[in-house]
Amino acid sequence: MSNYELRCRECGRTWGNQPRSICDDCFSPLEIAYDYDALKASVSRERISQRPPNMWRYSELLPLPQGFTPRLPVGFTPLFQAPQLAERLSGTAAGTNLYIKNDAVCLPTLSFKDRVVAVALSQARAFGFDTVSCSSTGNLANAVAAHAAREGLKAWIFIPSDLEPAKILGTNVFGAKVVRIAGNYDQVNRLCSQIADEHRWGFVNVNLRPYYAEGSKTVGFEIAEQLGWRLPDNIVCPMAGGSLITKIKKAFDELIKLGLVEPKEVKFFGAQATGCSPISTAVKTGSSEIEPQKPNTIARSLAIGNPADGHYAIRTIKNSGGWSEDVSDPEVIDAIRLLAETEGIFTETAGGVTVGTAAKLYRQDRILPDETTVLCVTGNGLKTTDVLAGVYQTERPIAPKLTEFEAYLQQTLDVAGVPGVLAAAQQAEGVGA
Amino acid sequence: MSITVQIPTALRRHTEGVSSISCAASNLTELFSVLDEKFPQLKPHLRDDQGQIRRFLNVYVNEEDIRFLGGQTYAFQEGDEVLLVPSIAGGTI
Repeated sequence: MSNYELRCRECGRTWGNQPRSICDDCFSPLEIAYDYDALKASVSRERISQRPPNMWRYSELLPLPQGFTPRLPVGFTPLFQAPQLAERLSGTAAGTNLYIKNDAVCLPTLSFKDRVVAVALSQARAFGFDTVSCSSTGNLANAVAAHAAREGLKAWIFIPSDLEPAKILGTNVFGAKVVRIAGNYDQVNRLCSQIADEHRWGFVNVNLRPYYAEGSKTVGFEIAEQLGWRLPDNIVCPMAGGSLITKIKKAFDELIKLGLVEPKEVKFFGAQATGCSPISTAVKTGSSEIEPQKPNTIARSLAIGNPADGHYAIRTIKNSGGWSEDVSDPEVIDAIRLLAETEGIFTETAGGVTVGTAAKLYRQDRILPDETTVLCVTGNGLKTTDVLAGVYQTERPIAPKLTEFEAYLQQTLDVAGVPGVLAAAQQAEGVGA
Repeated sequence: MSITVQIPTALRRHTEGVSSISCAASNLTELFSVLDEKFPQLKPHLRDDQGQIRRFLNVYVNEEDIRFLGGQTYAFQEGDEVLLVPSIAGGTI
């Protein structure tokens, strides 16, 4: 007997445990409900902290089949202070309150999607699927393909045809069948809903979606534990389908309910690219409903114009006293570079959206420097290097001679405005003084 | 004028297994009236207590979300293929 089951988010009807994401009565999405009274007896900070550093340390709070044995150490990515970024964003030197949750190094495929897929595939096997599938903007494709390989399942991956080459290659390599669709993500997604209707496959983000989405909670659990079992003041989170932000909220609520952290009102801030901003537009215009958009942004991992959880994301943001902002493509590039140059983290476009949005929120005084703020970086920059094409010039090679280098150095120091040069020059002066 | 409406599996238990129908509805409101009349059991699943089309029901015309075509104001064309999709899936970020 498990401690969880499917429940309709709107009408409350329960559906046991099965591969299903929609309530047949009202078509609303299902989510996992837990028996928290039963969980209280088995969950404690001490028990959790004695377990290996991966997301399975929160097993009781995930919908895992009985007897499930994890085979990959997913999650428990670093959370660290970002003082230099804080200084640039807030304009103050007291920058110990800004943190980065760095899922750019999540195992095994370097994005937070490894978390959700890990949970979905545990159930795929339990439900008897031999083939798993997904519609994806890239990171999910990588994660499903890798986890399926590890679990010995077949994988069929549906992607928009304009996806970044690194994300396609990073799916092919695991032996998955990749189906390119001549359309945008929303069209791929709609097609997958129809395919899931016809084929008995485990679509992680269709019929396994309620299980899959629970994996996102581990980002929230880890943030709280890594802050010393306390909640931050603010979370800044990228939004595509709008699920992650609502699941981090659910994670915090559960920790409070189980007495693992002190109750606290955390403000949730959503980040989108202006070229695909249905959720931030709704928040900024005071609407509680999503008006779908046709995506047009370099942040392809966030390019979902009809977000499945948009309605719930809006509610999470509004009820928390937070806000949502969006940034242009040039701002995304600037933010990717800012994070890399200040904190040594190379994030993909979605991370640029998050950092760029955070910059706006500090400027608007919606986030204050003395508040504990966590930015969720969800993906790795090595997957979207194409967006930086042309930003850096290829240097002219010099001969392997010290005199050549000295001449080069002299010439380079004379050139102002080249990234990194001024800092290098100042450092050189400092060393000589 | 005739359009075709595809009924997804999730709804077919309310349509006695019928998977598609042809009708002469000229817009979305008329289409829902046709469905209400033809499949009375389906009605409470398509509309909420206030009679509004349920939030999570998506309507596509020839693979395009009807909201991009004007929603309620869109006039169906001869041969349009209409698809009802309950609660679209989605990314998870």
